[in-house]
Amino acid sequence: MFSRILTSALFAGAVAGLIIALLQLFFVQPVLLHAELYESGALVHFGADPVTAHPELPGLFDEPMRNLLSVLFTMLTYTGYALLMVALMSIAEGRGHAITARSGILWGLAGFVTFHLAPGFTLAPEVPGVAAADVGARQIWWFATVASAGLAMWLIAFGSNIVAYAVAALLLLAPHVIGAPEPDVFTGPVPTEIGALFAARAFGVGLAAWVLLGAFAGYFWQAEGQRAEA
Amino acid sequence: MTTKALKSTATASQILPALFAVVLGLGIVTLTGHVQASTLHDAAHDVRHATGFPCH
Repeated sequence: MFSRILTSALFAGAVAGLIIALLQLFFVQPVLLHAELYESGALVHFGADPVTAHPELPGLFDEPMRNLLSVLFTMLTYTGYALLMVALMSIAEGRGHAITARSGILWGLAGFVTFHLAPGFTLAPEVPGVAAADVGARQIWWFATVASAGLAMWLIAFGSNIVAYAVAALLLLAPHVIGAPEPDVFTGPVPTEIGALFAARAFGVGLAAWVLLGAFAGYFWQAEGQRAEA
Repeated sequence: MTTKALKSTATASQILPALFAVVLGLGIVTLTGHVQASTLHDAAHDVRHATGFPCH
């Protein structure tokens, strides 16, 4: 059982992670590099002179080590997520729910809500240089929000009674009603246009990432099961 | 062995591997996304921002 979980998760994490890394490098990284010009002070928003919205940015192959590390860490991160997802898929299958690439898409959507949308709804994906509260406090809030959103998604998927749905709604709302650690003052030098585009791109790529991860996890879980039976 | 004992063995053999995979997965995500050691932070910097983890 454990080797089936491990093998499916490794395949799903590696394949989905590689595609996600390329999506991030192509769509998110240029926005991040643009923001870093303001973070470092190379460009100044609302300085004496107007600033071009299209500065020269390093290309994909100008910083090979940095981008290779990003690919590696994206694959690792999504392999970690794949382990969580496939483990829960194995429990769901044990309780009689079919796990396929198709149903994996729903698992992916639930993963996106749990790990990306729920924490990002209040702690928006941060572009470099934004003002933010202490990182330790934000991490505690992040983990607590992910835990309560994950439990909520499980209750919505498998609870099948009104009490479960009500508890799920409370779990989804509570972290945002309580509120996340916020900075005392705004000090971010990055134009709002860049910050907004970054958050939109991070959410968009995140959604694609999780749908891919769910579909691959369902596919490899089923394929590994058939291989074991053959 | 009674039916009840059989059932609980089956459940344990399902839950334990899943639990171990969850711990391993959480460990990996904590390492790549959250540990603030500076070498790890610098290497994973862009991914942490792009994936929406609290970074700095």
